[in-house]
Amino acid sequence: MSSPQAPPHVLSTKVRRTYSPVVKTSLAFVGVAAVCLFFADISITTLDPWSELGRMAQGVVTPDFSVLGGIGMIIVQTIAFALCGVALGAVGGFLLAQVFHIGPVRWTCAAVRAIHELFWALIFLQMLGLTPLTGVLAIAIPYAGICAKVYAETLEEAELPALVALPYGTGVISGFFFARLPDVWVHIKNYTSYRFECGLRSSAVLGFVGLPTLGFYLETAFGEGNYSEAAALLIIFYILIATLRFWMRPKLVGLYVLVAPFLLGGGAAIEMSNITRFLTVDIVPAPLRNGSLTTSDTWSNLADWAGMLFFDQALPGMAATFLLTQIALVATGILALALFPLISKKFFGRVPRLIGHVFLVVLRSTPEFILAYIFLQLWGPSMLPAIVALSLHNGAIIGHLVGRFSDEVRLRPDSPRGLNLYGYEILPRIYGQFLAFLFYRWEVIMRETAILGILGIATLGFFVDSALADIRLDRVMFLIAIMVIFNVAVDALSRHIRSRLRLSTRTGQA
Amino acid sequence: MLFKLSNEDLGYGGGVVLRGISIGISKGERVALVGESGAGKSTLLSVLQDRYGGNTALIPQQAGLVRSLSVFHNIYMGSLHRHGTAYNLLNLAWPQKAEVARIRPIVERLGLGDKLFVPTGELSGGQQQRTAIARAILQGGDAVLGDEPVSASDNHQSRVILAALSETFTTVVLAMHDVDLALEFSTRIIGIKDGGIALDAPAAELTRSGLDFLYRK
Repeated sequence: MSSPQAPPHVLSTKVRRTYSPVVKTSLAFVGVAAVCLFFADISITTLDPWSELGRMAQGVVTPDFSVLGGIGMIIVQTIAFALCGVALGAVGGFLLAQVFHIGPVRWTCAAVRAIHELFWALIFLQMLGLTPLTGVLAIAIPYAGICAKVYAETLEEAELPALVALPYGTGVISGFFFARLPDVWVHIKNYTSYRFECGLRSSAVLGFVGLPTLGFYLETAFGEGNYSEAAALLIIFYILIATLRFWMRPKLVGLYVLVAPFLLGGGAAIEMSNITRFLTVDIVPAPLRNGSLTTSDTWSNLADWAGMLFFDQALPGMAATFLLTQIALVATGILALALFPLISKKFFGRVPRLIGHVFLVVLRSTPEFILAYIFLQLWGPSMLPAIVALSLHNGAIIGHLVGRFSDEVRLRPDSPRGLNLYGYEILPRIYGQFLAFLFYRWEVIMRETAILGILGIATLGFFVDSALADIRLDRVMFLIAIMVIFNVAVDALSRHIRSRLRLSTRTGQA
Repeated sequence: MLFKLSNEDLGYGGGVVLRGISIGISKGERVALVGESGAGKSTLLSVLQDRYGGNTALIPQQAGLVRSLSVFHNIYMGSLHRHGTAYNLLNLAWPQKAEVARIRPIVERLGLGDKLFVPTGELSGGQQQRTAIARAILQGGDAVLGDEPVSASDNHQSRVILAALSETFTTVVLAMHDVDLALEFSTRIIGIKDGGIALDAPAAELTRSGLDFLYRK
């Protein structure tokens, strides 16, 4: 039949592989992260990290709920700050969404959400002091920017067949509430309730800068090595989030929002002079503030000032931010791919899945800032705690979303099992969705690396925090502006890659 | 003359579907637009709506409902222009007795009485169509433009619907696919074929077989 001597090129067993753009992109990101890892400082600097870990573990198994008596009010205040902040942010975002097509509105929203809640809190602390308003605005302002974008996209993507049939002369507001809003209301409601869960985390973390929320007491408990108390606080927080859908009833929201402002606690009086000084003196670059605007010395001083800030602080800060973000992004991805089977019906039965759910809820409900804080206590300052904290928190979030998505995959009855199922049937089908979630998260991870600067990791946020500690608010503003530009650029790059790879997801929750 | 087009090219999105169209429709006429699907009936209707929408009710092809709102609210939307914004919003949150009383007889007549407070997303195609018809009836006006408003209804229901529309509106222009029904209901038939008007005659002068050529290749 066939000739005994086939031409050599037919016999060659070498297969020339071509990689799809999705695989190429993934490999490129892994490659960049590997190079970054080479430059990153990931040493463990504490003398005896493991005994500390042992004490923490002991604390986790012996939570001390006796603190509950004294801190009931803390829980209430944590919720109250989240409620006020998210309510204000959602209403503001909803109004902004109506004019989101206007360029400057869109840009302002992008800038506003590029700055993390903690930095907003630090800024408002300078203006308003340690007052409830500081905490509320710190949540409300970035959330308004995020909600505006998501609401606007939801309203834009909706099919609105009823609009054409509206009678001639229908008022704009009537038309909006009858023909536009009802069909997108469910999406808006779901997204806002997801935002409220984020708001609880934000509110808890605001305690670390001194507001009377959970973070404040967590920091004290950790600082004193009182791990049983810290464990109790965290467990209460998890229960709060896990039971959210039972106590956050749609009918009660209005009541909650009305009562919440009265539960924020008191604070120092707001001094108008502080606000004025902040806006007109403090944030003006020092060379301009001290020199005469007409002499050329002033302007060359300003150039020196900006150059010094840029090369000595912004540039190294950006480099560290970039290293940390890229490593954490890839680690998040790997972790998410490893974790999602835990909650997937394709891999596990009811009981193991329940355990997987609890595990993922704990990981994603612990604010990344608190995770980083814990690992920092364990391992000392380096990028390691930040990488682990960011990838655990974000990996659990994406793992959760991918796990839910994998449940919808339809398999043939005789599909393989175990790792073969994972590699041949599930992974190829969920990979696009997974990448879409991950790229959405890219910008979020970068924003989070900045706040870890407060814990001493030399990202951009570290330099902002240092300048804040020195009360050099002009430098703070300069560095924050660079942070915003960096963040918006990553967001744009992520959108570009998503559209090139044709990745999309209907869930705005990643 | 209520509607008037003289030698116009009609289309949407830059493409021309109908060329050199001239028609005039006077008050009191009941017009049926017939022709193959895709012939351009919807295009003609949407041009008339764009131009003469001021006092005209529209029944779009896909009913044009808000799926998450009830039958009551969807029908009420036909009267949004008659009330102030505050009253509209009040009625959105708490259906007002006066409005329910106004709308109930319309839904009873169209056989939707038991569905008044059901979200329209949960209704069948025919029930959704009748909701859109009830909305047009509540809206009222000089004329109604309907794009296949009885395509999902049986013969008996269709007659009820057409009778209700004729009672409410002095002028009725409907795209219809059922030729027998068109002949029975309308006073004038406009046949569309090959991007133009191929037939325009009083219904009384036409027979079913006289319309067959519109559907032939």
